[in-house]
Amino acid sequence: MSAADVLLSVQDLQVSYNNIRAVKGISFDVHEGEIVSLIGANGAGKSSTLRAISGLIPYTGTIAFQGKDLHKIPADQLVALGIAQVPEGRGIFGNLTVYENLKLATWQRKDKQELPKDYERVFTIFPRLKERRSQQAGTLSGGEQQMLAVGRALMSRGRVMLLDEPSMGLAPVLVREIFRIILEINKTGTTILLVEQNANMALRVANRGYVLETGVITLSGSGSELLGNPRVKEAYLGG
Amino acid sequence: MTYFLQQFLNALQLGSIYALIALGYTMVYGILTMINFAHGDLFMIGAFFCFIAAGLLKLPFVPTLLISMAGVALLGVAIERVAYKPLRNAPRVSAIITALGVGLFLENFTLVFSPYPQSVPTLIPNQTWMLGPVSISSLQIIIVLLSIGLMILLDLIVQKTMIGMAMRAISWDKAIVPLMGVPLNLIISITFAIGTSLGAAAGVMYAQAFPVIDPYMGIMVGWKAFISAVVGGIGNIRGAMIGGFILGLVEIMVAAFMPSTYRDFVAFALLLVLLIFRPHGILGKPRPQKV
Repeated sequence: MSAADVLLSVQDLQVSYNNIRAVKGISFDVHEGEIVSLIGANGAGKSSTLRAISGLIPYTGTIAFQGKDLHKIPADQLVALGIAQVPEGRGIFGNLTVYENLKLATWQRKDKQELPKDYERVFTIFPRLKERRSQQAGTLSGGEQQMLAVGRALMSRGRVMLLDEPSMGLAPVLVREIFRIILEINKTGTTILLVEQNANMALRVANRGYVLETGVITLSGSGSELLGNPRVKEAYLGG
Repeated sequence: MTYFLQQFLNALQLGSIYALIALGYTMVYGILTMINFAHGDLFMIGAFFCFIAAGLLKLPFVPTLLISMAGVALLGVAIERVAYKPLRNAPRVSAIITALGVGLFLENFTLVFSPYPQSVPTLIPNQTWMLGPVSISSLQIIIVLLSIGLMILLDLIVQKTMIGMAMRAISWDKAIVPLMGVPLNLIISITFAIGTSLGAAAGVMYAQAFPVIDPYMGIMVGWKAFISAVVGGIGNIRGAMIGGFILGLVEIMVAAFMPSTYRDFVAFALLLVLLIFRPHGILGKPRPQKV
């Protein structure tokens, strides 16, 4: 792939918390239209990587989106640039209604006349959210909250969607459902960067994947290559 | 009975002032989980703005009210930026001690300019009507209606606008809000501006009802409003309104039917009893644990 296709580029990223280095100089690219999965165990630095891209924590190295260096850009303005977020643990606002959660994500949208179409799209993908649109989001089940988190990211209309452990705490049937929807969203033109402990699902949907181990990328390749890799099988897919 | 009704009107007047101030405590607590103990002193600054605009510049009521609200709102936003923002991720105790310090600063700063109590000119033509056996003054009507009007306006902002939605979102989970594209600092500034300007409005009305003001007037009134916010359920906007009226009612009735020196004692006792039986306040809910 040519450099022109690179939507999100991470170069020599390092993240530290109180002198403990969580991410030790990793580099990877996400190309336009791809699904890229970062897999790794708990504490491997996956979430730190994503939080750095979101502008939530300080880092060294370069993160560029569409060629633009993100270093000095505050987190809330990244959304306007086209980076949509599905935070770890879903991060829905339990005291707001389902509809209000979706609406809040449109804060930076300038094309307000397009909004009805986007609500319709979210409600078509997630009919449950439509049924519960005036309900407090805190009363939703875990799976519905995850759907809301994805729906919210859709409402901000990012070119790339960052998903932090979307399968966390969900029953297997819901995990499959969420991944099916991620594929569907990707087909409509949204690039996806996915961080997951569920390596099996994450690699199956991914065009490419990276394996993170204690803050370094130890393996990379296409989704199917990694799924077939004996080291990945042993460490992440239960042998 | 007539005496009771008359006192009830007075309670309504005092209660609306407490409620307006309590809103500032509760709004700031709602988004930053800190008690802005300088808020009572911002109420005092509001009263001094009334003195400057009405007494020195000879302005009528509405411009005086607006100048005071705008001036205190700017001051509130500046205090948040300078004193509280650097401590946003510090332990809450540090922020609360800072707030107490800011309060002392405001009192002593005002003391420099006004070492003696000042008297504020009356801006509302005093007229009294008889409602049956009960008399009601133009000032009482204006204080109660203006307070209720401001509270309805606030409720609309919080419940119906995007800014209000963002405030409620911040109160649930501040860390996630920027990921929605919402500028956190702007919303916090707006919250401070609204909360402190309501306190200033209360200051202007208080200065009209009790027209001798001094730099320490905000301390006790501030504590009472703080109790109102806790009684109603701190962080809960409607709770603060209800709490304000309850406290106004309790105080006036204690003063009316018991020795008036019992007033503050009963107000604080109310807080203690409530904290034992309903620590979250009347409308406050214990926050469900997030999974």
